[in-house]
Amino acid sequence: MIALFLRDLRLATRAGGGFGLGLAFFLIVAVLVPLGVGPEPALLAPIAPGILWVGALLSCLLSLDRVFALDLEDGSLDLLATAPIPLEGVVVAKAAAHWLATGLPLTLVAPVLGVLLNLPVAGYPWLVTSLALGTPALSMIGAFGAALTVGVKRGGLLLSLLVLPLYVPTLIFGAEAVSRGAAGQAVGAPLLLLAGVTAGSVALLPFAAAAAIRVNLR
Amino acid sequence: MSAMSVWEYANPTKFMQTSGRLLPWAATLAGLTLAIGLIWGFFFTPDDFRQGSTVKIIYLHVPSALMAINIWLMMLATSLIWLVRRHHVSALAAKAAAPVGLTMTLVALVTGALWGQPMWGTWWAWDPRLTSFLILGLFYLGYIALWSAVEDPDTAADLTAVLCLVGSVFALLSRYAVNFWSQGLHQGASLSLDKEENVADVFWFPLLVCITGFVALFVTLLLVRTRTEIRLRRLRALRARERMA
Amino acid sequence: MMPDLGRYALEVLASYGVSLGLLAALVVLTLWRAARVRAELHEVEARQERRDG
Repeated sequence: MIALFLRDLRLATRAGGGFGLGLAFFLIVAVLVPLGVGPEPALLAPIAPGILWVGALLSCLLSLDRVFALDLEDGSLDLLATAPIPLEGVVVAKAAAHWLATGLPLTLVAPVLGVLLNLPVAGYPWLVTSLALGTPALSMIGAFGAALTVGVKRGGLLLSLLVLPLYVPTLIFGAEAVSRGAAGQAVGAPLLLLAGVTAGSVALLPFAAAAAIRVNLR
Repeated sequence: MSAMSVWEYANPTKFMQTSGRLLPWAATLAGLTLAIGLIWGFFFTPDDFRQGSTVKIIYLHVPSALMAINIWLMMLATSLIWLVRRHHVSALAAKAAAPVGLTMTLVALVTGALWGQPMWGTWWAWDPRLTSFLILGLFYLGYIALWSAVEDPDTAADLTAVLCLVGSVFALLSRYAVNFWSQGLHQGASLSLDKEENVADVFWFPLLVCITGFVALFVTLLLVRTRTEIRLRRLRALRARERMA
Repeated sequence: MMPDLGRYALEVLASYGVSLGLLAALVVLTLWRAARVRAELHEVEARQERRDG
């Protein structure tokens, strides 16, 4: 399982693996929104948590369709399904690699973009915390979506349609945590709920994703 | 009647026979109750003290909202039956129900927004209930899209069933998340359309008739659409046979 | 015959118009597709029956 995890990581960071793409997209979103809504700090500051979270979420989507599709094309998905490690373990390893290559970098870069969006100072630690807690869920839910659509040609758009509604709880609790933190209010409730969604997703979705992959490999 | 006899209808031929006999009755019931309920509600009920004539919108909003949720629950149940017992009629019934559910969600959204307009002053407000219905609409869209995107019918049935299961959990989570999210509204005053409390009898009886009408309409449409899906499945099989001959 | 809808006439009428319109469209599409599939099935079945004898 570690070998699979490292292999996926290496594939993602190689040239053509789309590694920087997510980060670049995140940056573009953070630049485009002020250009769209105007530069007023008083306007940007309250919406900064939401923009950052939506940006992170959309950036995660970009690299999701490669999670299983490439392996399906070259036949290695069949091999993985019959390998000694359970398919659920394969799903977790791939989701973890996706998180390390996409979610984690987004979490680390987010404070810089927070500056662009006039995020209040009190919000920064909560920005990083909420993203750290929430991006694993994004990767896991994304992997489930990728497993469902792996057999669909050019299924990227369908993948987005399926996955984005599933992101709603994570988005709401994550953005709420940052907003409340930035305003100096208590963040315990949203962070706890956010962690709960992530924990539940990571514990249960591998089974659903593995089932979907088995169906697609028939 | 033994408990197992219900599963006989899982047999496509038996389903076609039974549904064919039921259909005229369901359609007639739907037509009658909808007409009676809506005409009674629209023409023969008074205005509400606070809401004026907009109270007439409940005859459309409440039944459609109820259907939007219950149709998804039906899809959940039939998806589980498909995954466990592999009855094709079950999977096809879920597929057939989804567009009806989506339409009901749309009706609930439009009527909900219009009902709130006099109260809120805008054509749309991110009221928790409306927002939850909007998200439910997205789940319906995704489900329908997945059915269309996957070529093999049995694979599509399996994948959409898994999606329905996972989607149901997240839809429930979203409901709570949206309630949590809307607490951030500065207005503080409850914007939700709490109409179930103290609905006077004069409104309640026509509403009941309308709800019955919507349920009957759903059953009628479900029977017609499932029969179409069964025929489509047979059509595909026959065409495949032709190509191989 | 039409009740006096007062200031909310637009909202009420729009609600009824859009809702009934959506439901009518759903019913029409459902029936149309059902008829089309039934016709195609009859055609293919008849063709196969002629061939199989």
